[in-house]
Amino acid sequence: MQKTGYYGQWGGAYIPEILFETFQELNAAFAAAKADPAFWQEYVGLMATYSCRPTPLTHAANLSEHFGGAQIYIKREDLNHTGAHKANNVMGQGLLVKRMGKKRVIAETGAGQHGVATATMAAKFGLECTIYMGEEDVMRQRPNVFWMEKLGATVVPVTSGSKTLKDAINEAFRDWVTRMDDTHYVMGTVCGPHPFPEMVAWFQSIIGQEAHEQINKQFGALPARVYACVGGGSNAMGIFQGFLEHPEVELIGVEAGGHGVDTGQHAARLASKDASAGVAQGYHTMFLQNNDGQMMDTHSVAAGLDYIGVSPILADLWEQGRVRFAAATDQEVMAALELTMKREGIIPALESSHAFVQAYKEAGTLRPDQAIIVNMSGRGDKDIFTVAHAFDDPSWKEFIRKKGAEYAA
Amino acid sequence: MQLEESIRHELARPEKDILLMTHIVLGYPSLEVNRQVISQMVANGVELIEMQIPFSEPMADGPTIVRANQEALAAGTTVAACLEFAEEMCRTHKTSFLFMTYYNILYKFGIEEFFKKARQIGIKGFIIPDLPPEEGEDFWRLAGEYDIAPILIYAPTSTEARMQELAKSAQGFIYCVARKGVTGQQTDFDNDFESYMARCRRGATGLPLAVGFGISSRADIAYLTGKADIGVIGTATINLVDKEGPEAVGPFIAGLR
Ligand SMILES: Cc1ncc(COP(=O)(O)O)c(C=O)c1O
Repeated sequence: MQKTGYYGQWGGAYIPEILFETFQELNAAFAAAKADPAFWQEYVGLMATYSCRPTPLTHAANLSEHFGGAQIYIKREDLNHTGAHKANNVMGQGLLVKRMGKKRVIAETGAGQHGVATATMAAKFGLECTIYMGEEDVMRQRPNVFWMEKLGATVVPVTSGSKTLKDAINEAFRDWVTRMDDTHYVMGTVCGPHPFPEMVAWFQSIIGQEAHEQINKQFGALPARVYACVGGGSNAMGIFQGFLEHPEVELIGVEAGGHGVDTGQHAARLASKDASAGVAQGYHTMFLQNNDGQMMDTHSVAAGLDYIGVSPILADLWEQGRVRFAAATDQEVMAALELTMKREGIIPALESSHAFVQAYKEAGTLRPDQAIIVNMSGRGDKDIFTVAHAFDDPSWKEFIRKKGAEYAA
Repeated sequence: MQLEESIRHELARPEKDILLMTHIVLGYPSLEVNRQVISQMVANGVELIEMQIPFSEPMADGPTIVRANQEALAAGTTVAACLEFAEEMCRTHKTSFLFMTYYNILYKFGIEEFFKKARQIGIKGFIIPDLPPEEGEDFWRLAGEYDIAPILIYAPTSTEARMQELAKSAQGFIYCVARKGVTGQQTDFDNDFESYMARCRRGATGLPLAVGFGISSRADIAYLTGKADIGVIGTATINLVDKEGPEAVGPFIAGLR
């Protein structure tokens, strides 16, 4: 018999006893919402009026011509309110929080997109909000920290461990075990203990539902391949669900190759040989860990992909051979970002740019009467400091120097 | 049954109203200091010692123990070194030793291999805060086979029905967490706590009760006497060793009862 919350051998709910009742309550609230068609309607209605759903599917005509292969389509999750797919999950969980009557939300964030979305939802729904963010990510995603604070959230920089996403998750759990009565933990991705993977995947499935309909309407057929970047796996699961039942559509998850999958400095769980099965952060999946079971330091230019584990649902689809995994290096990501900006006038987030890298590698090998979809999980505005630094942009540096002098005076 | 038996045996002595369980993080600040601290704990009558094998993601712990885990790992503490050290401690002292760690340490080692090794060393129980009885099937079976007590945790949020459910998988004793939150903060003992303890007693179906989280003084132990069978001292000794060195542990323990 399949145990609840398992996908093949992956998943589960490895939670401390103190949260047992909280998870009972959450499971019940989620099951009730999922069974209630009015809930999904309310959700879709909210996303249509507060965010920008359905988000467009853009035909990248210039890039398609540039590579001379498949027609490249871009699913524009960047056009969501707050600039990424994270809003889908957060607004959904926000409606659930209202049903459960909780007054406070907490969240972890890596890139800051999930944090901004949660702070936005809290402002709209009148909830207290605390965001945990690794100190390293606070430094590299500073614009999002500013907006979270302006939206009324408290941002707590996390200084333990590797000071990145996994440490922010640990800290959010430590908060939750202290204040579970009035607080809901808005997990940002399809990871963590059951029911989070299922819940987040359900809210994100809106991406795939739309994309399936749009590609049929605009291109007249299903795509040959669908590409998505994979941090925890929520945008990937979101779009993949629209095509899972069509084996002729190949699904490709792109992980962070960092400095290269052979360097040890990356976050490629399924696209490298460095990960092994383990249990941490409340679930069973493939983790980047050493032989003792201690988690390793990961590296990616994209804070949102810089994570030790991967969705149990994706681990299962990988094991079944349904989803293929690839990795994109930091360097390749910058090149793909630049090309996308110059050719299409579109600025993807560093995370999303990983998906573009793999799509660009493969587009030319397909025929012009075939289509591929790249899930553009978010917009790149948040990355302005990192990207300007990578391009070593002289006029930007001059601007920062002047601002620095102004504040120093 | 070996752990519960030794606890019962100690509790039967007329001078013992409450037992003490202390805690150390292996490799923090070093195994050498751990060795000195354990000697002082044993010399001053501690009946049970939980040795925490450090893990990189100690989700249920507070800042002091988190930092201790991190520094132990940064100093190169391995699981193999912890096992070797534990073997030496069990050989040297008659106290009951338990392992406290997170499930991934066992999982990576091989669950059965870990039980085998712990049994061979003389470890009497495991405290694994991220393993509820709904997960890790093999673990619960092997605990019986190797006679190593799986210590289950009761929390103030646990209902009596849940406690009874947990007691079915528990052996040795029940670890009652005194309050919500993580390790290391102070606990206020009030009326709520007393009704919680009464609930634990009813739910534990006869197993001894340990109380931990925020226990740090003679007054705390005096308060628990008569309500619990074991008082657990965790973060307090880590802070003490940090501030005053391992020599301070003996007098501190001696002053608790
Ligand atoms: C724009 C963007 N894309 C992707 C991700 C990765 O998360 P996931 O794999 O859950 O989609 C993040 C996470 O912060 C993000 O901000």
